[in-house]
Amino acid sequence: MTIEKAASTSTASTGQPEESPLRLMWYKFRAHRLAVWSLWIIVGLYLMAIFANFLAPFDPETRTGLPYSPPSWPTVMADDGFNWPPVVYGVTSTLDMKTFKRVYTVDTTRQYPVKLFVAGDQQSWFGLFASDRHLIGVESGGAFFLMGTDALGRDVFSRVIYGSRISLSIGLVGVSISLVLGVILGGISGYFGGAIDLVVQRLIEIIQCFPSIPLWMALAAALPHDWTTVQVYFGITVILSLVGWTDLARVVRGRFLSLREEDFVMAARLAGASEARIIGKHLLPSFASHIIASVTLSIPSMILAETSLSFLGIGLTPPALSWGVLLQTAQNVNTLAISPWLLLPGGMVIITVLAFNFLGDGLRDAADPFAKERLS
Amino acid sequence: MWRFILRRLMWMIPTLVIISIISFIIIQLPPGDYLASYIARLESRGSNVDQATIDSLRMRYGLDDPLIVQYFKWLGNILLHGNFGYSFEWRLPVSQLILERLPMTFMVATASLLFAWSVALPIGIFSAVKQYSLADYFFTVLGFLGLGIPNFMLALVFLYVSNRYFGLSVGGLFSPAYLNAPWGIHKILDLLSHLWIPVIIIGTAGTAGLIRITRANVLDELRKPYVETARSKGLHPMLLILKYPVRIALNPFISSIGFILPGMISGEVIVSIVLNLPTTGPLLYSALLSQDTYLAGAFVLMLAVLTVIGVLISDILLAWLDPRIRLS
Repeated sequence: MTIEKAASTSTASTGQPEESPLRLMWYKFRAHRLAVWSLWIIVGLYLMAIFANFLAPFDPETRTGLPYSPPSWPTVMADDGFNWPPVVYGVTSTLDMKTFKRVYTVDTTRQYPVKLFVAGDQQSWFGLFASDRHLIGVESGGAFFLMGTDALGRDVFSRVIYGSRISLSIGLVGVSISLVLGVILGGISGYFGGAIDLVVQRLIEIIQCFPSIPLWMALAAALPHDWTTVQVYFGITVILSLVGWTDLARVVRGRFLSLREEDFVMAARLAGASEARIIGKHLLPSFASHIIASVTLSIPSMILAETSLSFLGIGLTPPALSWGVLLQTAQNVNTLAISPWLLLPGGMVIITVLAFNFLGDGLRDAADPFAKERLS
Repeated sequence: MWRFILRRLMWMIPTLVIISIISFIIIQLPPGDYLASYIARLESRGSNVDQATIDSLRMRYGLDDPLIVQYFKWLGNILLHGNFGYSFEWRLPVSQLILERLPMTFMVATASLLFAWSVALPIGIFSAVKQYSLADYFFTVLGFLGLGIPNFMLALVFLYVSNRYFGLSVGGLFSPAYLNAPWGIHKILDLLSHLWIPVIIIGTAGTAGLIRITRANVLDELRKPYVETARSKGLHPMLLILKYPVRIALNPFISSIGFILPGMISGEVIVSIVLNLPTTGPLLYSALLSQDTYLAGAFVLMLAVLTVIGVLISDILLAWLDPRIRLS
């Protein structure tokens, strides 16, 4: 059987000599264009989270004194002609005495050129050193709000960049916990079979038929109110993982079931390898690629769950910043009616979730480079 | 068939037991007991709570018993008397509150499921038959968008658009005029005119998944030799597809109720909070925030039981459709 496989691959690839499975996977992954693009987007998003204090034009808590200011983009067409660098205008806010609404008027006489490496709010870099440089921005006074401002006049764009730290990391941490649980329980279930398998499978079935959001809501609401942000963060992650491990356990079990009958496992056993060695040395590496694909596919649901909980106000709460926390301000219809840009953090959620879904799709196809083209 | 149903019912028992334990844990989880927070609330309002009242309340809820005894008391009250406890916030028996709201949740979730089915089936078949056509790509993109957009975002966008461009207030399931009216043809029409918004919002996510499943299944079937045979016999292409591949592709469709229904009920809860529907969502939410634990626990219990029953129905349907399942 191994010979057949080897033969089929050397003919399948264009006459090239034997390729390593990893290379074959890479070829297959590269063919999935959307997945490659998604990979770059995801890398970009995580870089954004790491370098938030440099990329964000403002400190997320800085109050500019211009509440609910609509998004204002820099323009190169100031003064009826092409201008470089682009400028933003100053805005003045007046209160409409009839409707008591704040009205912003653009003041084209005040122009602020958009500069690179501009000095702004002082930022600490992970407590190592401080810098006041920001990638782009304008001198203070200019309305450089790419996504508008919120009720307290804080720049939504900067807050979205900072919020990505929690929103993007909670998926990774949550999935790591799920992975440990899933590999252990799924592995035990698939490798030993019998009564243990039955119990674990029933457990998974029961957990999966629980409607997850009510369950998460109940558990999240029960977190003590005096917990710090970090404690709540890990509390929420654990709660999400309690449901999230079931899918991974299923994948691991399925792989174990199909692999434990393979000849190389029998060979290892005959050679006197211990159970732990067979699992760790022979079985796990042979389905690692499938696990990576499944893990990628389960990250978006974690991100969505955190966003939903924080949106409802029972997940993370301010001063913690996540995309869900930002969306919480958009909960009220009246607020939404005057400042629809508060929904923009949701766009980031959608981009992230879609990118992870496409990446996971591509990885799943690449995980089995010997399989024929999938029909769907 | 009856043996299959019986066996399936037997399996439900451990599931229900575990669900009840989890719900009970949720009731017990918040620090301190609900009575303490109730008394604290009463005192903050300035009313004086005397020790005798507290003691009688503690007795009534058996708060001094060990947890195990409390659990069986709670469960016994539910099973024998239909007594889910008492909501401190609403000053009503929990069962009454649940009975008011649960049917609405069930209705909205079922309507969303039917919507998802009726949209996903034709689109899925169409995408499979016309694979890699422009329409196929269009629906694929639409499907992925449906998966990526959180339910509540969609609800918010609906709220915003209808408020901004149509001047309508979306939300609720009834117009104010019909809120307390007795059931009648006009009230049902009014309900339907409100229902479509949450149904579309909740249904979208499920629809996306179902389209993918249907498309993949029909595609698998289309490559099989019997399709070729039927085609060479000169069977009308439309008739052929509907009569054979679609019928087989329907199987996983029904088994998918099992994992789509929990999602629908979850989605219903969160969308209802945003749109303020008179279903379980907003009530569960306020119960959780005010630590009205009996109410919250009962809601989680009933939502889970509802889901288990839904899954059971889908399993029975599946067994009825496919003899291989009930005989294995």
